[in-house]
Amino acid sequence: MLDITNMTKVFYPGTVNEKMALDDVSLHVNKEDVICLVGSNGSGKSTLFNLISGTFPLTSGKIIFDGTDVTTSAEYKRAMTIGRIFQDPTKGTAANMSIEDNMITAATKGMKGLRISLNNEKREQFRHLLEPIGLQDRLKDNVGLLSGGQRQALTLLMTVMSKPKMILLDEHTAALDPRNAQIVIALTERYIREYKLTALMVTHNMQFAIDFGNRLIMMDEGTIILDVAGKEKSKLTVEKLVKLFKDLRNKTFDNDEGLLTKS
Amino acid sequence: MLEGIFVDGLVFSLMVIGILISYRILDFADLTCDGSVATGAAVATMAIVNGLPISLALLLSFISGVLAGMVTAAIHNKLKIPGLLAGILTMTMLYSINLRILGNKANVPLLRVETLYSKLPKFFTALSPEWASLVGTLLVVLFVKVLIDIFFRTDLGVAMGAMGGNEQMVISQGINPEVLKLMGIGLSNGLIALSGGMLAQYQGFADANLGQGMVVQGLAAIMLGEFLFSTNRISLLTLRAILGAIMYKALMFFGRKYGYLIHITPNDFKLLTGILVIASLFIAQTRSVASSKGAKKKAIARSLARHEATLKEEN
Repeated sequence: MLDITNMTKVFYPGTVNEKMALDDVSLHVNKEDVICLVGSNGSGKSTLFNLISGTFPLTSGKIIFDGTDVTTSAEYKRAMTIGRIFQDPTKGTAANMSIEDNMITAATKGMKGLRISLNNEKREQFRHLLEPIGLQDRLKDNVGLLSGGQRQALTLLMTVMSKPKMILLDEHTAALDPRNAQIVIALTERYIREYKLTALMVTHNMQFAIDFGNRLIMMDEGTIILDVAGKEKSKLTVEKLVKLFKDLRNKTFDNDEGLLTKS
Repeated sequence: MLEGIFVDGLVFSLMVIGILISYRILDFADLTCDGSVATGAAVATMAIVNGLPISLALLLSFISGVLAGMVTAAIHNKLKIPGLLAGILTMTMLYSINLRILGNKANVPLLRVETLYSKLPKFFTALSPEWASLVGTLLVVLFVKVLIDIFFRTDLGVAMGAMGGNEQMVISQGINPEVLKLMGIGLSNGLIALSGGMLAQYQGFADANLGQGMVVQGLAAIMLGEFLFSTNRISLLTLRAILGAIMYKALMFFGRKYGYLIHITPNDFKLLTGILVIASLFIAQTRSVASSKGAKKKAIARSLARHEATLKEEN
C-alpha cells in the first residue's frame, strides 16, 4: 500500500536552526494494516505524517503509494486517496457552514463543478450516516455549534465517506474528554473494519497502542526504533514496551559514548 | 430626487456584493477593488465611446475585473505573499493601466453617446426618467444577485465558502485552494468592475481616480447592512449587502445635503466613512461583550437561585 524508502527531512537547512526531523526512515505498510505509532514529543511522528500527506516536501527519499510515486505530488492531490485527521477538532470541518454543506463537500471529493449536488436524497443519506454520532437531526446547524467531540466524529465520518485508501490519524482524540475520546475511538474502529481501511495512528497511550490494531511502531529522534506486528505485538505489555525502549536507547547511547571515547 | 439615492445605492451594491465575496465569504482581504472599479468604468466608457453596444461594454468591464482579480490571486498563490499585499500591488499597477485604457487621459466623458441611463427612459416609456433608471438598475442588480445566490449553492460555491472558513479542510477534500481563490477573487472583482461600468454610465464619465477609498466605502456598507439582521444564508447575505449599500448612499446624500449645517463638506466624507467603519466594528464588539456580560449576569442569577433553593431545603 505505502512504501517509504530512505526518507529524510531537514528543517531550515544551512542555518543555525538546522534540524534533522526524520533521518533515513524506511517503512512498508501493507494493505489493511492498522498501525499505532508511539514516541515522545519531537520524535518525528508528525513530520512523518506531514511528509506522507504532502504538507512539506521531502529533503530526500521516495514515497510510493498504491503503486504510484507521490513523492512530489501536491497535498490536495494526495488527499484524494489519503485521508488525514488532525488533533485539533477545528481543522477538519468548516465552522461557518452547516453540517450538510460540510458533508456535501466531502461527498463530492475533488474539484467541484457548477452542479447542485445537495438534494433531499442526499440529505436522507446523510441523516442515515449521522445516526451513529447522534447528529441526524442537525443537518442545518452550523458546525461551529458542535462540541469538539462531535466535530471530530463528524470529521471522521466525512473522511471515511470520501472513501480514502488510507487514513492518517494524528492523535485525533487527544483534545477530547475521556468519554468523547472513547466514542470517537469506537467509531474509528468501526469504520476501519467496515470500510477495510489501512490506518496509521499516532497515540501517547501505550496500553491503547498495544491493544489497538495489528502493528506497533515506535519512533525516537527521527528514526523508527521498533516495529512489531501480529503475535509478537499481542504479547507486549506496557512494562515490556518501556523496557524495550530503554534498552534500545541505552544501546545506541553506549555506542555513541564508545565512539566518543575512542576518538 | 430620492430615486437617485436608490439608483446610486443599487449601482454601488454590485460592488458591495463583490467585496462581500472576498472579505466575508473567502476571508481574503482584497484591495484590488480600488483599481478594478476604475478599470471597469474605463473599459465600459471606452467601449461605449467606440460604438460597442452597452451590453457588450458591461460584459467587457466584468471580464476586465475578473482578470484583475485573477492577477491578485495569482500573485498571492505563486509568491506566497499575503492577499493584502497582492491586492495593493495589483491596485497600484491598475492605476497606470486604467490611464492607458482611457487613452492617457485622467477623465473621459460619455457625452453625446447612448448609455444605459439614456436608453432606460426610452425603454420604460410609461415611467418618469428617474423611475425608469431605478427600475432598470434594480433589474440588473436582482439578476446578478440571483445568479450569485445560485452560484454559492453549487458544489463549487459551497467549496469556496468552506475555504473561507477552513483552508485545510478544502485541501483535505482534494480541492486545490489556489484554483478556488483564482475563481473567487476573479468573480469578486468582476462584480466590482461591473459596478464601475454602471457607475461611469450613471455619472456620465470615467475617472482614473474613481476607485480611491472604494474598499472602505464597501466595507462600511457591509457593516451597516450587518446591523439589520444576522444570517448565514447566502440569499440574505447578498440582500443585506444591497440594503447596506443603499443605506450608505442615503447617509452620504443627507451628509451632502444637510452637512453644511454642521460645517461638513464632501471633503470630509472619506474621514467620516472610516470613522463609520471603526464605529461599526466598535459597536459589534461591544455588542458581543454586552451579550457575554448578560450571559454572566444570568449565570450568576441562576447559581444564586440554586443556592437559595438548597438553603431553603436545608431549612
